[in-house]
Amino acid sequence: MSGAKWKPLDVIAQDVQSGKVTAKELVEASFGYIEQAKEYKAIISVCRERALDRAKEIDARQQQGERLGRLAGVPFIAKDNFLTLGGATTAASNILNNFNAPYQATVIDRLEAEGAICVAKANLDAFAHGSSTENSDWFTTKNPHDKSRVPGGSSGGSAAAVALELAPFALGTDTGGSIRQPAAFCGIVGLKPSYGLLSRNGVIAMASSTDVIGPLARSVADAALVVDVAAGKDEWDGTTIDRAAEPYTKLEEFSLSGKKVALISEYFPESLPTEIKDATKQAIEKMTALGATIEEISLPSLPLSLACYYVIGPAEISSNLARYDGQRYGHVSSEAESLEEAYTKSRSEGFGSEAKRRIMIGTYVLSSGFYDAYYRRAQQVRTKLINEFNQAFEEYDLLIGPTAPTTAFKIGENTKDPMQMYLSDVMTVAANLTGVPAISLPSGTAEDKLPIGLQLIAPQNHDRKLLGYAKEIEEALK
Amino acid sequence: MAKLTQEDILHLAKLSRLELSEDEIVQFQQEISTILSYVEELQSVDVSKLTPTTQVTGLRSVTRPDEIRQLPYSQTELFMNTPETENGYIKVKRVLS
Repeated sequence: MSGAKWKPLDVIAQDVQSGKVTAKELVEASFGYIEQAKEYKAIISVCRERALDRAKEIDARQQQGERLGRLAGVPFIAKDNFLTLGGATTAASNILNNFNAPYQATVIDRLEAEGAICVAKANLDAFAHGSSTENSDWFTTKNPHDKSRVPGGSSGGSAAAVALELAPFALGTDTGGSIRQPAAFCGIVGLKPSYGLLSRNGVIAMASSTDVIGPLARSVADAALVVDVAAGKDEWDGTTIDRAAEPYTKLEEFSLSGKKVALISEYFPESLPTEIKDATKQAIEKMTALGATIEEISLPSLPLSLACYYVIGPAEISSNLARYDGQRYGHVSSEAESLEEAYTKSRSEGFGSEAKRRIMIGTYVLSSGFYDAYYRRAQQVRTKLINEFNQAFEEYDLLIGPTAPTTAFKIGENTKDPMQMYLSDVMTVAANLTGVPAISLPSGTAEDKLPIGLQLIAPQNHDRKLLGYAKEIEEALK
Repeated sequence: MAKLTQEDILHLAKLSRLELSEDEIVQFQQEISTILSYVEELQSVDVSKLTPTTQVTGLRSVTRPDEIRQLPYSQTELFMNTPETENGYIKVKRVLS
């Protein structure tokens, strides 16, 4: 964890374009960093051949004097639930061991079209079910700030990779906090865009109504550039929304001066560790100095958001994981005699405990007799949450709070009690249920040097505004 | 309401096409009951005037023109992860025993 290994993304791309550095050198540097940081176990696989081929092609085009794109030669790491060519995609699950994607995620294609190069696939909780990477069927990633602690999750490999600067940015997915919480635990920037802004095509589905894709980066400006390249409608994902008319990188117009910001009191309970309280208070002082008015508000239904999520999430998970039947792709049991047995045995052998647990909870809440009491009711409570957020945004420009109720916890600390593990998402799930954009910024460190995250939440589809305010706050917190 | 029996767990496992070990049955009975008790707090909300939210974009019935298109991958590529194929079809185990 020392000085910057990488320049800002736009500068890297300029350097490649001008011939100051080659794409091949950048990709090889990234491979070197990955090799040196092996002990952290952030990476599942390296896409060596394809990355070098792409670098060669970009360097050849540079020689020809061609325009290379806004991310020319920029290496990046994708969470291993993004389908990519040139190597396996496993979602860190045994059931997809050795799965080779026949096509790539739209977001990967869009980044590649601007010259970015996927160099490796990052660890995650299997199928993104978890908050620590401990549910990975392969291994647990270690927090770059303290090897005895988790990096957070489920995008823990991506977050650790960026904190270790194995590549200048990474991609993650956020269904209930899976980008923001690990970003907070690892001391980097993690953005959950508005639902639908980045295509989910080619990303292994978890809970379809709350899944979003976003960047983990070292700065707000880098995150904004990735969004600007990847955002917008995709004919392969019917839930994608139109991008903003103005670029996500053009943020000068946004200033907190004269704006109203609210600290969410449900995210600032008495029980919050003092160091997290202090870091949040300090950020509030900085925002006040920028000219913002800060007040505290209550969103009374927020304490229900985790319960709401743990009904809706598993329901959608149980449907999405029904496709793993051992027939078309994925692990197939060698024991089976009949089709029915092939389904059951392949799934039982291939899925880990957390996937099984969530599939069964989802099946329960969707089953006849319980549907109204659980699933329908959770969707109604979801409406209540959306109403409360809308109401808050009538008065305030930005909502804030810590990203997580603790700093990075010890490896093994929460594995015995799934409910305890779920609680680490308590401050992040509401943004997924309501579809609003939210970002986690590093806002200081605790006494034990562990990073603390500050969460900013903006109204739905106001991602540019969120990034603009975040950039200003990031600067003030330096 | 939320206290599940071992029979409940076996029934859920069957619906989910999962086969559980003795240990897993005990483990899931306890864990899933705990989680369902936690989500029980949703029962305290007056939902009578709330319509359910199934999605947040407000988009409706997104369609594309019904045309034959060239896809960026071949059938062979799509089948490259398939355990058993025959004459361009996926081969499955027998359905009836």
